[in-house]
Amino acid sequence: MSEVKKIATRESYGNALVELGREHDDLIVLDADLAGATKTGVFKKEFPDRHIDCGIAEANMTGIAAGLATCGKVPFMSSFAMFAAGRAFEQVRNSVGYPHLNVKIGATHAGISVGEDGATHQCNEDLALMRAIPGMVVINPCDDVEARAAVKAAYEYVGPVYLRFGRLAIPVINDPKTYQFEIGKGIVLKEGRDVTIIATGLCVSEALEAAVRLEADGIQAEVVNIHTIKPLDEELVLASAQKTGKVVTVEEHSVIGGLGSAVCDLLSEKAPTRVLKIGINDEFGMSGPAKELIAKYGLDAEGIFHKVRGFL
Amino acid sequence: MDNLQLKQTANEIRKGIVAAVHSAKSGHPGGSLSAADLFTYLYFEEMKVDPKNPKDAARDRFVLSKGHVAPGLYSTLAHRGFFPVEDLTTLRHVGSYLQGHPDMKHIPGVDMSSGSLGQGFSAAVGMALAGKLDHADYRVYALAGDGEIQEGQIWEAAMFAGHRRLDNLVLVIDNNGLQIDGNIEEVCSPYPIDRKLEAFNFHVINIDGHDFDQIRSAFTEARNIKGMPTAIIARTVKGRGVSFMENQASWHGAAPNDEQFAVAMEDLEKAGEALCQK
Repeated sequence: MSEVKKIATRESYGNALVELGREHDDLIVLDADLAGATKTGVFKKEFPDRHIDCGIAEANMTGIAAGLATCGKVPFMSSFAMFAAGRAFEQVRNSVGYPHLNVKIGATHAGISVGEDGATHQCNEDLALMRAIPGMVVINPCDDVEARAAVKAAYEYVGPVYLRFGRLAIPVINDPKTYQFEIGKGIVLKEGRDVTIIATGLCVSEALEAAVRLEADGIQAEVVNIHTIKPLDEELVLASAQKTGKVVTVEEHSVIGGLGSAVCDLLSEKAPTRVLKIGINDEFGMSGPAKELIAKYGLDAEGIFHKVRGFL
Repeated sequence: MDNLQLKQTANEIRKGIVAAVHSAKSGHPGGSLSAADLFTYLYFEEMKVDPKNPKDAARDRFVLSKGHVAPGLYSTLAHRGFFPVEDLTTLRHVGSYLQGHPDMKHIPGVDMSSGSLGQGFSAAVGMALAGKLDHADYRVYALAGDGEIQEGQIWEAAMFAGHRRLDNLVLVIDNNGLQIDGNIEEVCSPYPIDRKLEAFNFHVINIDGHDFDQIRSAFTEARNIKGMPTAIIARTVKGRGVSFMENQASWHGAAPNDEQFAVAMEDLEKAGEALCQK
């Protein structure tokens, strides 16, 4: 088997913006002094007039994006998740969410896989914050193929969209020739009958690997990729939960308010099911190499494997 | 409009403000009344807007960054013909489109939802930037409070607007000197406002915000300024036009009761009659 290709989804973000920018003159990219890190630098190079660096001022960047959207532009405002969803939360809520403006938020460096920069920059709360805003679409792609498709879908969709990307290069698990992305539609990656593992973002490839190990132990796990946290694919989650009777959610995010909470909100009302939430357990992150942190917080295949075994 | 017509219009707009806030039993009359002459000049003289086509892409834009003075904006829009004047007394009532703070999704003529202080001005800057990107002719106006500029986001936006030389943008500051907790100089002084904005690359004009000659001259000057945004710092009287509200911080966010409403309307009726005799 050949070496698996690895690409950080922030790279996918920048590359997709360039492709979209060639087709659409109304697409504007905003940054807050992080174009090098959010990977929008490639867009800036090709379309310098349509790349707006706002300086280190995320609140103002959000308002500028809102103003641009009222004039028919399609702004993609880019920053780290900590600052786009965290610092600028109230601007996103009141200047973008409340008027339901056509602003796209490209949030890179989400979760603990930021790595060495540590807790101040590891946003494990963004999905919870963005999910709570009425009308906000929240997308957390799992690889390069899905991330690029998500950026294009976000452009086509009219309304506010939060896109979550990572810093770490992660395996490309989808085939660009056959992959199809639809906002709000989850994807069954592997069918099974004993337990449903619902994963999002970089945890999807880890969950798939965990499922292979579970299979060796005679456990048939169904693996579902939920790239759209909101609106959640309720039909798919309900069907899989009813089929297996046990659900495990896996996310590089706090267990409070993210994918796990969204799934529990649904199941507790419509199909009460035992759920194990794997994520960051109400604590801050820490410095360290991203791969080591993912293992430390039990979000790698090994950690997922053991937690699922314990759960069953 | 000549100055007399502007004054008469502003007086009618003030009546609408008082009636709306009285009906709502809450709201912000003080800052609405201080800005009434500025609203009047903007919507009846300065801005290219069409009540029949409120979303016209070529229109001038206005953002009420101090969104709590929505009664002032609504009364102006109603008198300009964007919606019926009678609707003003539905302000803040359940089911009314006239929300406590401006809501662009439901109110004809409102170009941006606002109310959380400091945010509206950034949106206005974004609109001005869009105008520059499109080489469009429209101009963008934002009205901020003198207390509101204590918000850091105002200065982020000012830095950007000055840096980008957005000469299609005018920031008007309603300098009535009072905020909820008292005199702005005692709470946390923003002065000197003019020198601060000059340092952010704004062309700054200081005026009396109730003198239509000065208001006219300032907006005309702003149109001729190239290569930098303009800030008009309008010295005003909070509660202007209603005797017992003038210069009282307590009327920032309180509604008149029935007796007070009668006194306020009498004040404005008398002012209107005096203007008719001129």
